[in-house]
Amino acid sequence: MAKSLLIISRQSPWSGPGAREALDIVLAGGAFDLPIGLLFLDDGVLQLAAGQNARALQQKDLSANLQALPMFGVEELFYCVDSASARGLGDRSLDEAQPLAAAQITALIDRYDQVITL
Amino acid sequence: MAAVLLIESAMKFAIAVFSAAHAPSSRRALLFAQAALAGGHEIVRLFFYQDGVYNASDAVVTPQDETDLPKQWRTFITEQNLDGVVCIAAALRRGVLNTEEAGRYQRDAVAVSAPWELSGLGQLHDAVQDADRLICFGGA
Repeated sequence: MAKSLLIISRQSPWSGPGAREALDIVLAGGAFDLPIGLLFLDDGVLQLAAGQNARALQQKDLSANLQALPMFGVEELFYCVDSASARGLGDRSLDEAQPLAAAQITALIDRYDQVITL
Repeated sequence: MAAVLLIESAMKFAIAVFSAAHAPSSRRALLFAQAALAGGHEIVRLFFYQDGVYNASDAVVTPQDETDLPKQWRTFITEQNLDGVVCIAAALRRGVLNTEEAGRYQRDAVAVSAPWELSGLGQLHDAVQDADRLICFGGA
């Protein structure tokens, strides 16, 4: 049986290539049909903020790639509610992402064979 | 007795490095890799991603009184005959090209050569599947 991998994405979307590069690992895993999960934690929850204007920063929009995750076979999507509320995150994109409290995240990490935090 | 215990507990490690050559975490990655082999364990692959690609750059010049990590990686990987893989997309973005990629994109600067290999993220997933443990250095 394939080993499962959890990616914990902790970078805000426009602070550098970190968020995109974390997502690329997830998409590659989905392409290989591997059991892969994605957790948005700390500043990473800002990737879910609705109404981002990437063009104003001369960046490529990341949210379209996020929306495509379920199509790539990545359905285990989570975000930390504590991180979201600490940052006043209101409207979110990616309805598929399940909210988890900090205490539940411990159990989530436990469920996966391997973890990468980026 | 000790030797038997060592063999029984031998592990296969995949090691991922996300920080640049000058970062303390990259130095720790090399020390960990050396200790893993010294302890009788196996390293299935070293994978360099994000700023970790700079560890493979021949263009890094380290001051004489400091540790030359790219050189140490090169020696370690060559001597131990390890699989040192640099993510091609992360490397292109950061200008760490081998001869083939420099030719493909018509660039004069070549910064990576054997024993390093440029390849895709599939090599990271492949190593994760093969290893007992994935150990990451320099992530967020």
